[in-house]
Amino acid sequence: MIGITSYGAYIPFYRMNRMTIYGALGWLNPASLLPGEKAVANYDEDSLTMAVAAAMDCLGGIERNKIGGVFFATTTAPYRERQNAGIIATVLDLRPDIRTSDFTASAKAGTGAFISAYDAVTSGSADNVLVCAADCRLGKPAGYLEEVYGDGGAAFLMGDSGVIASVEGTHSVSYDFVDHWRADEDRYNRAWEDRWIRDEGYGRFISEAISGLLRKYKLAPKDFAKVVYPCQYIRAHADIGKNLGFAPNQIQDHMFTATGHTGTAYPLMMLVAALEDAKPGDRILVASYGNGGDALVLQVTEEIQKARDRRGIRKHLASKKDLGSYEKYATFRNILGIDTGGRGEEVASTQMSTLWRERKMVLALCGSKCRRCGTPQYPPQQICANPKCGAVDEMDDYRFADRRGALFTYTSDLLAFSLSPPAIYGFVDFEGGGRWFFDLNDCDLESLSVGMPVELSFRKKYHDVARGIHGYYWKAIPVRA
Amino acid sequence: MAEGIKDKVAIIGMGCTKFGELWDKGPENLMVEAFQEAIEDAGIEKKDIGAAWCGTCYDEVSVGKSAIPMAATLKLPFIPATRVENFCATGSEALRGACYAVASGAYDICLALGVEKLKDIGYGGLPQNEVQWGTRFRLVFPNLTPPGAFAMMGTRYFAQHGINPQDGKHALARITVKSHRNGAKNPKAHLRREVTIEEVMNAPIVAWPLGLFDCCGVSDGAAAAIVVRADMARKFRPDPVYVKSLQIAASSGEEMAYTEWDYAHVETTARASQRAYREAGIKNPREEISMMEVHDCFSITELVTYEDLGISPRGRAKEDVEAGFFDLDGKLPCQPDGGLKCFGHPIGASGLRMMYEMYKQFQGKAGPRQIKNPRLGLTHNMGGIPPVNVVSVCIVGL
Repeated sequence: MIGITSYGAYIPFYRMNRMTIYGALGWLNPASLLPGEKAVANYDEDSLTMAVAAAMDCLGGIERNKIGGVFFATTTAPYRERQNAGIIATVLDLRPDIRTSDFTASAKAGTGAFISAYDAVTSGSADNVLVCAADCRLGKPAGYLEEVYGDGGAAFLMGDSGVIASVEGTHSVSYDFVDHWRADEDRYNRAWEDRWIRDEGYGRFISEAISGLLRKYKLAPKDFAKVVYPCQYIRAHADIGKNLGFAPNQIQDHMFTATGHTGTAYPLMMLVAALEDAKPGDRILVASYGNGGDALVLQVTEEIQKARDRRGIRKHLASKKDLGSYEKYATFRNILGIDTGGRGEEVASTQMSTLWRERKMVLALCGSKCRRCGTPQYPPQQICANPKCGAVDEMDDYRFADRRGALFTYTSDLLAFSLSPPAIYGFVDFEGGGRWFFDLNDCDLESLSVGMPVELSFRKKYHDVARGIHGYYWKAIPVRA
Repeated sequence: MAEGIKDKVAIIGMGCTKFGELWDKGPENLMVEAFQEAIEDAGIEKKDIGAAWCGTCYDEVSVGKSAIPMAATLKLPFIPATRVENFCATGSEALRGACYAVASGAYDICLALGVEKLKDIGYGGLPQNEVQWGTRFRLVFPNLTPPGAFAMMGTRYFAQHGINPQDGKHALARITVKSHRNGAKNPKAHLRREVTIEEVMNAPIVAWPLGLFDCCGVSDGAAAAIVVRADMARKFRPDPVYVKSLQIAASSGEEMAYTEWDYAHVETTARASQRAYREAGIKNPREEISMMEVHDCFSITELVTYEDLGISPRGRAKEDVEAGFFDLDGKLPCQPDGGLKCFGHPIGASGLRMMYEMYKQFQGKAGPRQIKNPRLGLTHNMGGIPPVNVVSVCIVGL
């Protein structure tokens, strides 16, 4: 049996009510108002960091050296050359003899990566492949897509033991239907007329993929507990299921008014939500949409009961804060081009040879633990930092990234440049020992106190535009409920 | 057997520019001004100098690297010249180089000069600091500034000693008010205005819990000292000032990488001062030291320094502060010249600027700030941030 052995998701802390966008720019396009809110990545989050967060939720206590591959799906990768899945593998401290690939250029790339992982495990060419998908797309200001797009990620582990939902079949359709596109030089997505997209693309291809799947495996809508497919137009979303013969309670909630359309991650995030409520024996149908679409059948097993301690979708949806202003959003996404001042202009160069040497320290947040005295320490030390020990070269790697800590001290700094001032940072004392100082995010000064629990979140540290470098590191955040 | 430098070296001449936003002066001008004052004060000529040390930190916005800018600007006659840098303790490092060279017997007369031109940075505060931590650490350092790094010591100090932040801020404000009162009397200070507790406490926050007045200014300046063998000092002047001790301590790394340090004190200050007291033969610093200039880059730094120097008991410096113990007319005047608080902090110059005040006080030339019959003076110069830093403690006397 081959299928999902674990799952996880990530939704950024910030949400923006669509009325906020409409309030700022609705005067330019009065017919654009959509209901609900959308999830908004913080200024230091992008597809890569959200994929890592979803993967951390998915992997929990799973031994990292059991992972045999990482497939990352996104249309908004930070790098065009420098494999993003490879960065994720390093961040997660995976072993080097694994297969990593990026899947991109269509909203269906998430299910594409998922099916490829299934195929890889089925063929025996890889085992325990981590599939992550995340997107952080931009619609042009005042356009309809700006209200549509939201940010988020999902992750699955595909394997052949401890399967919680087996893959029972897949079916795909592919068309060069150019409804949304973004050329090499574009920042923002473009779109053709909505009525055409809705009636000739969105309204047809999901149905075609699902019908093809049902025919291929001789299944009927009644055989499924849930059908999962992305929402692009709220009424059309309901009509697709209805026209295929699914009852309203079989159609998975689309979250369009809670997160927005999260691109490659969207159907996979909905699948995570479906798994959170699934019972053993349930069949789930998942379909994607984008230049055609993929469809697949999943069969939930008894093992699902063991996979409940995730933040997943439900907890991430509940843990949120309204961003408040459109201007803040436009600043976070670099739409405004604010005056950063001289201090904000300065970015130190990144030595790639240093980053390579220190990749575990920087990306995987690995320190060292002294074999003689047992002291965990960060950054990794050659000579033990314990003054009563001082052992030389008796260190093992020690990963801090998935450990919680207590906030030892902190400040909020208005002199430091930040896209979301004040810059907040502090020292963290890790459970089990070790201490380091981190930027703090997803919090404000008033919410902090000495000793409060914090956890770590992989974030963008800097964007060196002149040298084409997205630099990443870890930040501390209050433990998300 | 090492015997230290006590009473082997004397200061016979000093110079110090006015500190401030000196838009019309470059670092070269400042070096010349401090140097000329120092040699005229010492009554020596350039050719008498055996070797020279130049302290400057941010070479990229100031004179550049090496001691060449100093040697070439001052037209030093092909003598040995060395540039030193130890973050904000750079000025004391230059003095240490000169003093130890004389104490070793290698030279009779040496020059120590510190200079910094900060106001060519182009924005407020010190230069953005990622580069200075090196290529490895800057990948993992938070987006911190000096105010924030020291503010975290305030957060810890208040938490550790159970001090309500408002009470804590009041004590910090009291420190600031005292320094401004002294600085107002000093024509060489940058900020020469008295402030009230209310003004200080209500000032905008820079880095919680530190407000604008809890932070020292950023300024330009230079200071210089001529040091000689102690046994020849009185040939130059009747009132030389003798170096009793000049100690320095650098972080061992354990404050940062081990978890025992409390972030409510600066370990290097404790270590350097204990060594300095031993070398100078001081048993009870609270009773024996007459005056001091400490590294008040931030009010919280001055507060913990009182304790780290062994002047106030742990957790109780606040009581001494509130009782006026460190006021100009108190038992142990601190920052009689106004401190970094009122001078600002041209990095390379500050350590020597502190010594300039001690020197003038001993010679009875401190004007309205004059302290009666000082016996021992202490300077404390700290470079870096509380978890990783270098501290020098220098004790001078008659």
